[in-house]
Amino acid sequence: MIELLAKYNYWIVIILLTTGLYGVMARKNLIKKIIGLNVFQTAVLLFYVSMSKIEGGTAPILLNHGHGPQPVFDNPLPQVLMLTAIVVGISTTAVALTFVTRIYREYGTIEEDQILELNKQND
Amino acid sequence: MDKEVMNLEIIESARPVYAVLVSLLAVVLIGSSGKYPNLRELWTMLAALLKFGLVVSMLPTILAGKAIEYHVITVLPGLDIAFRVDSLGMVLALTASFLWIITSIYAIGYMRSMDEHAQTRFFMCFAIALSAAMGAAFSANVFTLFVFYEMITVSTFALVAHEETPEAISGARRYLAYLLGTSIFFFLPAMFLTYNYAGTLDFASQGILAGKASYTIISIIFVLYIAGIAKAGMMPFHSWLPAAMVAPTPVSALLHAVAVVKVGVFTIIRILLFVFGVDLLTEIGLGIYLAYFASFTILAASIMALKQDNLKLRLAYSTVSQLSYIVLAVALLTPSGITSSIMHITIHAFGKITLFFVAGAIYVRTHKKKVSELNGIGRQMPFTMAAFTVGAFSMIAVPPFGGFISKWYLVMGTFEAHLLPILVVIVASTLLNAAYFLPIIYAAFFKQPESGEVHGIEEAPALMVVPILITATGVLILFFASPLLLNLVKIAVASALGGGY
Amino acid sequence: MIKHLPALLIVIPLLVAIITPIIGRLHWVLSWYAVTITTFISFVISLLLLQTVSVQGRISYWMSGWEPPFGIEYSVDYLNAYVLIIVSFMAFAGAIYSRKNIDVEIEDETRKPLFYTIYLLFVTGLLGMVVTGDIFNIYVLLEIASLAGYALIALGKKRQALVAAYNYLVMGTVGATFFLLGVGYLYLMTGTLNIADLAVRLPEFYETKAIFTAFAFIVVGLSIKLAIFPLHFWLPNSYGYAPSVVSAVMAATGAKVAAYVLIRVMYSVFTPAFFTHTPFNIQYIFLLLAVAAILVGSIMALAQTDIKKMLAYSSVGQIGYIVLGIALMNVTGMMGSLIHLLNHALMKGALFFAVGAVVYRTGLCSIENLRGLGKKMPWTMAAFTIAALSMTGIPLTVGFISKWYLAVASIESGMWWLVPIILLSSILTAVYFWRILDNVWLKPAPGEESHEHGHDSHQKPVKSNDAPLSMVIPTFTVAVLCLVFGLFAYAPVSIAEKAALILLK
Repeated sequence: MIELLAKYNYWIVIILLTTGLYGVMARKNLIKKIIGLNVFQTAVLLFYVSMSKIEGGTAPILLNHGHGPQPVFDNPLPQVLMLTAIVVGISTTAVALTFVTRIYREYGTIEEDQILELNKQND
Repeated sequence: MDKEVMNLEIIESARPVYAVLVSLLAVVLIGSSGKYPNLRELWTMLAALLKFGLVVSMLPTILAGKAIEYHVITVLPGLDIAFRVDSLGMVLALTASFLWIITSIYAIGYMRSMDEHAQTRFFMCFAIALSAAMGAAFSANVFTLFVFYEMITVSTFALVAHEETPEAISGARRYLAYLLGTSIFFFLPAMFLTYNYAGTLDFASQGILAGKASYTIISIIFVLYIAGIAKAGMMPFHSWLPAAMVAPTPVSALLHAVAVVKVGVFTIIRILLFVFGVDLLTEIGLGIYLAYFASFTILAASIMALKQDNLKLRLAYSTVSQLSYIVLAVALLTPSGITSSIMHITIHAFGKITLFFVAGAIYVRTHKKKVSELNGIGRQMPFTMAAFTVGAFSMIAVPPFGGFISKWYLVMGTFEAHLLPILVVIVASTLLNAAYFLPIIYAAFFKQPESGEVHGIEEAPALMVVPILITATGVLILFFASPLLLNLVKIAVASALGGGY
Repeated sequence: MIKHLPALLIVIPLLVAIITPIIGRLHWVLSWYAVTITTFISFVISLLLLQTVSVQGRISYWMSGWEPPFGIEYSVDYLNAYVLIIVSFMAFAGAIYSRKNIDVEIEDETRKPLFYTIYLLFVTGLLGMVVTGDIFNIYVLLEIASLAGYALIALGKKRQALVAAYNYLVMGTVGATFFLLGVGYLYLMTGTLNIADLAVRLPEFYETKAIFTAFAFIVVGLSIKLAIFPLHFWLPNSYGYAPSVVSAVMAATGAKVAAYVLIRVMYSVFTPAFFTHTPFNIQYIFLLLAVAAILVGSIMALAQTDIKKMLAYSSVGQIGYIVLGIALMNVTGMMGSLIHLLNHALMKGALFFAVGAVVYRTGLCSIENLRGLGKKMPWTMAAFTIAALSMTGIPLTVGFISKWYLAVASIESGMWWLVPIILLSSILTAVYFWRILDNVWLKPAPGEESHEHGHDSHQKPVKSNDAPLSMVIPTFTVAVLCLVFGLFAYAPVSIAEKAALILLK
C-alpha cells in the first residue's frame, strides 16, 4: 500500500490520462473535446517531468563553471523534451480551435450530434 | 531438369519474340495510319505475312526434334517471361498465324462491305490478340502462358464490344466476367499452388508435380486449372462463347474458332501434359473424370446447338462441343488420344473458320442471320455454300474431310484407354452433329426460297469468297496430306510421353 | 556536401516552407515553383542517399556534430532510403499535379501560397520521420506532419472537410500522445532515445511490464496514425473530403511513413525476440487485425457511392496487407510489406490523381457520374484502369507482385488460411473497381442514353476533353510505373530484400 502511494505521481498521471481521454470520447461539444485533449496531453507532460525529478535534486545548472563539488541535479533531458511537447500541444490546440471557429461559421453549432444531423441532411 | 532434357538440343534464338512482337509493332503502325485505310490494311497484311514467315522459319528446327528457347525477363525469382518453341506450340502457332492472313483478307472485305465504325481500333485489337496467341503458343512456363492468356481476354474484349450496342456491351460484359473471373479466381491460385509445391513453373516433359504433393492436393490443383481455363469452353463456364457472338463475324471466325478458344484448349493440353504429366494423371486416375466431364459438354452443347435458329449461335454451340472433343481426347492420356487432341486444334480451326466465314458472307450479302431463312441460298451463293458443306462434313467427320482424321484417332484412343462408354458418346455426338448441320445444307441447296424471289448468282465480295475457298481447300488438304501435320504432332506426343521435351 | 545529405533533406524544405508564403504574395505560382523544385531536390537527395547506402552501408549523420546517443542521429539504411524515395517521388508528382488541381479545389487565390507552405511542411515532417534515428525526434516530426495534414484536409471545399479534419486532429493527437507516453516509458527504463542505442539496451528489460506497456502505447498510437482497423474511423472522411491532391499524397505517403515507423519500432527498437516475452501472442493479434482490415475495408468500399470514399476504404484494406506482411515475421512477408509500400503508393496515387482530374473536368466524384467518361477523358481513365487492374492483382502489375509475396510468406509461416483471404479480397477489389470501369467504359454518358447506339451515332465520336497536361502527365506516369515495376520488379524487390534482411537479421 505504502509502495503504491509512494508512486503517487504516476497515479495522478493515470487519473489525468483517463479523465482527458474520457473527455475526448464522451463529450459532444467540440470545445470540451479539446479541453479533454489538453488534459490528456498535460498528463504526459507531468509523467515526463516527474520521472526526471530526483529526490533532493536541484535545477540542472553547473556551479562555479563546473569546478568543485556539484549538487545533485534533476535529469534535464525530459524537461527539455517537454518544452517541445508543450509547443506541439499549443500548436495542436490552436489548429483545433481554428477548426472549431470555422465549423461554427459553417454549421452554426459546435455540438457534434447536430453537425452529424446537418451532414446527413446534406447527403 | 532430367537427363532427357539435357540430351535434347536447344537453340537459343529470339525468333519467337519477334513472332510475338511483329504484330505489336503493327499495332502502332495501324494506329498511326488510321486515316489511310489502304495503308492501314497494308500493315495488317505485312504483319500477318511476316509473322507466318517467322513461324514457318522455325518449323524445320522443330521437325528436326530440337527446341528453341529464349528467356526475356525474370519478374520475380521463379516467375519468368520466357519462350520455348516446341512441336505442340508450333501446331497452334502455325494454325493461328496462317489463318490470321486469311482472316485479314476476309476482315477487310467484311468491314468495308459493312461500312463498320472504328475499323482502326478493330484491326489494332486484332493484332494484339494475335500477338498474345503467339505468346501463349510459345510460352515456356505457366506464368508466361497466364500472362498471354489474360492479354487475349483483354484485347478481344474490345472486339466483342465492337458494335457498342447495348446487346454487344452486355455480351462483352459476360465475356470479360467469365474469362477474367475464372482465370483470376481459379487459374491464378492453381498457378500459385503449383509454384509452391513444384518450386518451378517451367513446363517439363513428364510434368513438374509428380511426387511433389499428395494426391489430394494435386487433385485440387487439377480442378482449379480446369475451372480456371474457361477459354476451353467447358461447361459450366461456356456461356461466354455464345455471348461473344455479338461481335463482327471476322472476330467470331478467327478468335472464337481459332485464337481464343484454341488457346484455351491448348492451355489445357499444355497443363495436363507438361505440368501434371501423363504418368501422374494416369496414376491418380484424374483423366477419366475429365473425359466424362468433357463428354457431358459434348452432348449437352450439341443438343443446345440443335435448338438455335441463329446461324452464328448454332456454330458457337458447335464450337463448345468440338472444343470438348479436344479436351476429351487429351484426357484419355493415350498416344492416339493425344494425337487426336492436338490434330483437332488445327482441323477444327480450318473447318469452323470456314463455317463462320460463310455465315458472315451470307450476312453481308443478304443480311440474313437465321437458319430458317436460308432456304435456297445455295443457288444464290454456290461457292460459299459449297465451302459450308465442306466445313460441315469435316465437323461431322465424314471422309475425305479433315475432321475424319482426328476422330479416327479419337476412336483409337478410346480403345487404347478401354473406355467404351466414351465411344457411345462419340457416336451420339456425331449423329447430333449431322442433325444440326445437314438440314442447313439441305435447305440451302434443295429448298425453294420462301418468298419465291429468284436470284441469279450473287456472291459476296471476292475479298470474302477467296478466303472461304482457301480454308475449305485447307480442310481437304488436311485429309489428303495429313502426314504433314501428323509428323509434327508425333513429336509433341513423343515429348509428352517422355521422349524428352 | 554529400556528407550533409541527410540533414539537407530536411533543412531545405523547411527553409523553403518559410519563404513560400512570402514569395507567394507576389504571385501564387511562385510558391508552386518553389514547392515543385524543392520536392524534386528531395527526390534527388533520396536517390543519392540510396546510392550512398549501397556503396558504404548505413549512413549515420550526427546533428551539429554531437555524437549519438547524446546528440540526435540521422541514420539511413536501405529501408530509410527506400521509403524516402517513395515519399519524395510522390510528393514531387503531387506538387506538379497540384497546380491545376487546386484551381478548382481551392479557388481562393490568397490561400494557394498557404496551401503550398503547409504541403511542404507536411512533406518535411514525413521525410524527417523517415530519416531520423531518434525516437523522440520521430514524435516531433510526426506532429509537424500531422498538423500540416489536418490543415491540408481542412482545405477541402465542402464543409464536411472541416469536421473530418477536426476528428482526425482529435484522433491523431490522441495517437501521437500515446506514442509519446510509450517513448517516455522507454526512456524511463533505458535512459536513451536513440533507436540504435535502444535496440542494444532494451533486451535486458524484455521481461518487465513497463517495456510491454511502452510497446503497447507506441503501437496503439501508431495504429491510429496508420489507420489500422478498428482505429481507421478518421480515414474515410479525411480522404473523402480533402482536395484530391491531398488525398493522393496522403494516401501515398502519410500512411506509408506511419507503416515505416511501425516497422522500425517493431523490428529495430524491439526485436522479434521480444515477441516471445509478451504476455499474449502479438503476432496473432496483428494477423487478425490485418485480416479484419482487409475484409472490412474491401466490403465497406463496395458500399460506397462516392469514389473518393471508396478509395479511402480501399486504403484501409490495403493497409491491412502491409500489416499482414509485418506480422508474418519472416523475410518474405516483410518483403511483401515493403514492396506493397511502394506499390500501394503508386496505385492509390494514380487512382486519386485520376479522380482529381475527373473532379477538375466535371466537378463531381460519385460513381454514377463517371458514366461515359472513357471517351471524354481517355488518358486519365486509362491511367485509372491500369491502377485499378493493379489493385486487383493482375500479373505484370505491381499489385500482383505484393500479393504473390504475401501469399508465399503466409505459406512459409504455415498460415494456409491467409491465402484464401487474400484471394477473397482480390475478388472484392475486382468487384468494386468493376462497378467503376463498367461505368467509365461501357455505359453511355449521362444525357446520351436516348441516342440510337447503332452505327450512325459513331460517325461523330465524342470529343475528348481530357484534363490539363500538368494533371495527366503525373497521373499517367504513376500509372505506368505500376506496370513498369510489375514487369521489372527486380529493382524494388532487391532493395526490399536487403532492407528486410537487415530488419530480421
